[in-house]
Amino acid sequence: MSVQVWTYIIVGITFALYIGIAIWSRASSTGEFYVAGGGVHPVANGMATAADWMSAASFISMAGIISFSGYDGSVYLLGWTGGYVLLALLLAPYLRKFGKFTVPDFVGDRYYSQTARTVAVFCALFVSFTYVAGQMRGVGVVFSRFLEVPVNYGVIIGMFIVFFYAVLGGMKGITYTQVAQYCILIFAFMVPAIFISIMLTDNPIPQLGFGGKLADGTYLLDKLDGLHEELGFARYTEGTKGMWDLFCITGALMVGTAGLPHVIVRFFTVPKVKDARLSAGYALIFIAILYTTAPAIAVFARTNLINTVKDRPYNQMPTWFNKWESTGLIQFEDKNGDGKVQYVGNKEKNELTIDNDIIVLANPEIAKLPNWVVALVAAGGLAAALSTAAGLLLVISASISHDLIKKQLKPDISDHAELVIARVSAGFAVLMAGYFGVNPPDYVAATVAFAFGLAASSFFPVIIMGIFNKKMNKEGAIAGMVTGILFTSGYIINFKFLDPGLNSEEHWLFGISPEGIGFIGMLLNFIVSWVVMKFTPAPPEEIRELVESIRYPRGATEAHEIEL
Amino acid sequence: MENLKKYWKRNLLYLSILLSFWFIISYGCGILFVDELNTIKLGGFKLGFWFAQQGAIYGFIVLIFIYTFLMNRLDKKYDLDEK
Repeated sequence: MSVQVWTYIIVGITFALYIGIAIWSRASSTGEFYVAGGGVHPVANGMATAADWMSAASFISMAGIISFSGYDGSVYLLGWTGGYVLLALLLAPYLRKFGKFTVPDFVGDRYYSQTARTVAVFCALFVSFTYVAGQMRGVGVVFSRFLEVPVNYGVIIGMFIVFFYAVLGGMKGITYTQVAQYCILIFAFMVPAIFISIMLTDNPIPQLGFGGKLADGTYLLDKLDGLHEELGFARYTEGTKGMWDLFCITGALMVGTAGLPHVIVRFFTVPKVKDARLSAGYALIFIAILYTTAPAIAVFARTNLINTVKDRPYNQMPTWFNKWESTGLIQFEDKNGDGKVQYVGNKEKNELTIDNDIIVLANPEIAKLPNWVVALVAAGGLAAALSTAAGLLLVISASISHDLIKKQLKPDISDHAELVIARVSAGFAVLMAGYFGVNPPDYVAATVAFAFGLAASSFFPVIIMGIFNKKMNKEGAIAGMVTGILFTSGYIINFKFLDPGLNSEEHWLFGISPEGIGFIGMLLNFIVSWVVMKFTPAPPEEIRELVESIRYPRGATEAHEIEL
Repeated sequence: MENLKKYWKRNLLYLSILLSFWFIISYGCGILFVDELNTIKLGGFKLGFWFAQQGAIYGFIVLIFIYTFLMNRLDKKYDLDEK
């Protein structure tokens, strides 16, 4: 059977499964809609968190980015996993004890201020929309290549599916769908990795295989370093970025991870404080399976790719090469007119441009694996994109219906009406996401730096200080958040949008790229908050009691649930 | 009240120890001292590269589970666990 038929079958089965789960686990109260009624087992919650977290970027793009950047790609591996340590140790248990629905809830109550709540709502919406746009584009890429339908149809099909289960099921539906999606995406990621690991190094465990020996007795990584030197690229295991820049990017990604609202809200869904700690641990195990395999895939794919194209005649390229060429994600220009592919480090002479996004998707084809594996990877990519999109839509709808309408505009709204508004705003968010999927802004990649930078420089410090410093007051928190956001967004806007020509190391502040500046924004936030706190009135007594109470697990309320 | 203070102090102690390890395995071994560690080889891996792309992640998991274990014990000891 062809790849296309296999893809229709496998994608069709998985979609039917997601919809089935949504119908089975329909939400009937706001508690179930926002936090799944607080009754999700830590292992299930860990899987759902992992699926929520691992987006199209993790599944489709990350291994590709590492494949092209080698050691420098470590910032994503470290950043996107290390943040979970911060979450488990510094945030999750306390926020669970606090026992509300959303991050702006915490910020608004802890800092006894509607202004602080509004700033938090704004950040949550911005971060989530940025993210959702990227997911829908991921859905579009998979559809256009494997089902050979126009990208726009792909996005619309994806919107329909997400709309159906997110709007109907709320957090409860999403959580159980995400468990299924995790299983599908991890299976789809591992199968080709294991096959290729066995083919190249005779070791079925990819994590060990990429440190193993090839059939000719040389170590795979040494071989790849050698190929890189021969073609004029930097050595794969050494990279090119400055140490301080690597440090700051890793920092911004870690802290940003711990500050992302759609990740944090996950820890409101477990029954106990104890479970919140444990759940972060399970989540990281499930995430680590993919994250430790990705660098192995990166090395395998890089080696196979170079061996496939190096100095080969263009007209002898395999079929996957031409198919991806037609999507525009592979570009070949025969500069010296010899009919062969020159893939080299020197930009003037290089004739081949390959998009990061295709490495994972094309990997099974490059390694000549059977068609069903190729189709499985497509289904995995869709699972990753849809699960993350659904989690984000929920944050967006909760921000609008709960934080904006219930907590600010119309406090006397009934639970039933709030649920209706939550569903309407989820629907609205799906449409917005679809719009960005069909008309992707050119700056999707650039806005990811934005999302993490803002999460790092706004949410993380205010939440940490809210828990660990009883004296932190609203003046300090607001001043800190505003400083962090203005500094970080100003820096990113300057280099990414206003003056992209100047976006190079000699113009950066202390040699820090826009991707890493959120780390400095975070430090500024801490400093400004602390200084302002020293000169402004202390928070009221009941706030100190609130902080005191979230520090001890005893007496955690059940997650709010109101029957309709 | 005295008990609560002790509990919180102990919690902060655990946090600072575990977070130091967190810093050392990721920023230390994976970034700051990567060149020095790369002179050592672990099978086909240079050690610094291995920490940056594999080792630190395994370490993170271990740290979270150690913290969970320590805190559950502490909650019980100070009678602050959830019933």
